[in-house]
This record gives sequence, structure tokens and C-alpha cells, in this order.
Amino acid sequence: MRSTRTTEMSTGLFALLGFAALFFLVTQITNRELSVNGKSYEVEARFENIGSLKQGAAVSMAGVTIGRVQSIVFDQSVYKAVVRMKINAAYDRIPKDSDASIMTAGLLGGQYVGITAGGGEEYLKNGDRIEFVQDALVLENLINQLAASFGNKGGDASKSESDGPESDKPKE
Amino acid sequence: MSIFRELADNFREFLIAVGSVTLFLLRMLAQVPRALLRPRLIVEQIYNTGALSLVIIMICGLFIGAVFGLQGYEVLQRFGAEESLGVGAALGLLKELGPVVTALLFAGRAGTALASEIGLMRATDQLSAMEMMAVDPILRVAVPRFLGGLIALPLLAMIFIAIALYGVQLVAVQQLGVDAAAFWSQMRAAVEVDDVTDGLIKGCVYGVACSLIAVYEGYTAIPTAEGVGRATTRTVVISAVMVLILNYMLTVVMLR
Repeated sequence: MRSTRTTEMSTGLFALLGFAALFFLVTQITNRELSVNGKSYEVEARFENIGSLKQGAAVSMAGVTIGRVQSIVFDQSVYKAVVRMKINAAYDRIPKDSDASIMTAGLLGGQYVGITAGGGEEYLKNGDRIEFVQDALVLENLINQLAASFGNKGGDASKSESDGPESDKPKE
Repeated sequence: MSIFRELADNFREFLIAVGSVTLFLLRMLAQVPRALLRPRLIVEQIYNTGALSLVIIMICGLFIGAVFGLQGYEVLQRFGAEESLGVGAALGLLKELGPVVTALLFAGRAGTALASEIGLMRATDQLSAMEMMAVDPILRVAVPRFLGGLIALPLLAMIFIAIALYGVQLVAVQQLGVDAAAFWSQMRAAVEVDDVTDGLIKGCVYGVACSLIAVYEGYTAIPTAEGVGRATTRTVVISAVMVLILNYMLTVVMLR
């Protein structure tokens, strides 16, 4: 009888440990999704190019995550990507003329939507659209521009100096 | 000519083996409701396969986590990204390493014990004796062991992952000086509940595979000392191969 009691006890201990580990993994190392805790409202923005923005990406203001990207669809009538975002209802004083841009977190990080506050008196409501947008930076375009400006420099030095970047100014 | 015949024979043997494992599984599943009426037997088997594997799982988890910390730090610090070590470790352990290594250890520790125990019962005619007394050996011997392993493996995998994360943290934060707050907060930001569910599903699938193979091999062992030994070896080999193949297939499905 005594040996069966210890069997039950160690089985119980084992099961308890297992569930404790599961509880730890679920509660301590996962992020709690924004839509789960509390109310939210939806806004949308139309981008020419969203780069590699994904569903579930963060929507942040001043670096603080205030929402998540709900869905991304391609609108054939305007040839633009429509990004619907869920924003925590606690942040209900975002001006309507705010600016949404697609940014990259760090050098290798994923992309997110950054919102910069505008100066208007009206605030975003459910179903509103953010009109001022900035597309994702496409590396190829950037390299093309850079290559073109270098090409100009080689061909015509005086022209590139006149419309060159700020880094040229201290030399003058 | 004879090569083809041999190949055909081998293929036929393989088909027969797959068929009889499937039939064995169905016979066990048919008895599950009746086996659940005697939970004591199942608890005993959870103790045998789970609780007794706890120490090896915890020790292996700790060291795998520690080595993950060392190697991950070595690579990531080249990019100045050593703080995302937590993310890599948590996702790698939850989705792949945790369930797979646990299943391999489980096959080695618990699967062999199951196979040799049932095989010895077969060799010493205990199973025939049960049949004589109108006790169904599938219901009395096979099903409780199968269910015990099935319940124990996912729990073991979760314990393994938690301990391994502690091991990673021990090396990365305590020893190599990765910032503790960044380590945990980046991990927390990147890991979703779905990732834990993935690991749990994998654990359950490997639980079914490993316990089924162990119980089947023991139950159908040739009733000699050599036969039981061979059944034990086959349990480990087939379990390991099956777990790795299943892992690839599950990962393909889960990445969709």
C-alpha cells in the first residue's frame, strides 16, 4: 500500500510540474495580443507599396505599440494596398491628419506601421482612413537612386555638387 | 531476377508490418473507453514512463539549453544582436528541439522499458495466461501503457522546454552578460501562444507514435531472450526515425 501511495504522489508531482511548465510557457514568454485585452477600433490606410509588412505587425506611435495590423488586401480599383489596423481604444485622441509610414525595426527587424501625430482637432474614429502615408523603403529603388547620383558625379561634377546631399556642404 | 524478388518480398513485409501496426492501434483504440474505467493502471504507467523519465529530461534540457546559449551567443554577437538570443532559443525549443529531443529521450528511456517489459511478459507466457483467464491482455497491458506514454510525453516536452530556457538564460544572462530585461522582453514580444500550441501538438503526436511503436514491438516480440532484445532495439530505431520524419511533415504543415 505504501508503495502505491508514493507512485500516486510522484505521478501527481510529475503532472503538476508538466502543467506548471505549460503555464509558465503560455503566460510568461508569449505576448498577449492587443485585441484580446479590451476594446479597439479600426482605421485603414492605403499604401503604394507595403514592402514586407505582415498581418499582425505592430502599429506604433513614438515607439510605443498601440495596435496591430488586422489585414492587408490589394485594392484593384486604385492599385494600392489597403492596410486595416486595430488600435487600442485607450488611444482615441490621434489626430485625423496623422501620418502613417511603414518603417523597419532595426537593421534586420520586421516592418511595422509608425504613426506620427498631426496637428488637427479631429480625431480618428472607427472606420476612418489615414490619408497621409509614406510607403515602405524599397532597397532596390534606393540603390538605383544612389547609383544614378554616383553616375552623375562621374560625368558632370559641377551638377552633382549643386544638388548634392547635405554631406557635401561642410566641404564648401 | 532474384534482386527484384527480394525487393518485392521486402516491400510485402513492409506492407504487412504497416498493416499490423495499424490494426493493433485500432484494436487498442476500441478498448480505450473500457481502459478509462480503471484509471489506476494508467496512473501507474504515467508514473513509469513520465515521472521516472523526469530526471533525464531535466538534465538533458538544462545542458541543451546551455549549449544553445553558447552557440547562439557566438553567432549573434557578430551582428550585435545577442539580445535576440531569447527569441531564437524560445522559438527553436518550442517548435522543434523541445518536442523532438524529448521524444528521442522518451524512446530511449521509456520506450525500451515498455517494449522489454511487454516482450518479457510474452516470453514468460504471462500474456497467454491472461488470455486463459479471460483477461484481455490488450485491455489490461497494452492500452494503459499506450495511454500513459501518450499523456506523459507532451508534459515531459513542456518541462524540457522550460528547463532548457532556464539553461539558455543561465549561460547567456548570468555568464555571458546578455541584458536580462532585453532577453526576456524580446522573447515575450516575438513568441505567440500558437507557438506553444505547436509544440504541444507535436508532443502529443510523438507521444502516440513512440508509445504505439514500443507497445507494438513488445507485444509482437518473438518470445525468446534474443527476440525481446531485438524488439527493444527496433523500438528505439523505429521511434527515432518516425519522430524525425513526422517532425518534418508537421513542420511543413505548421509553417503554412
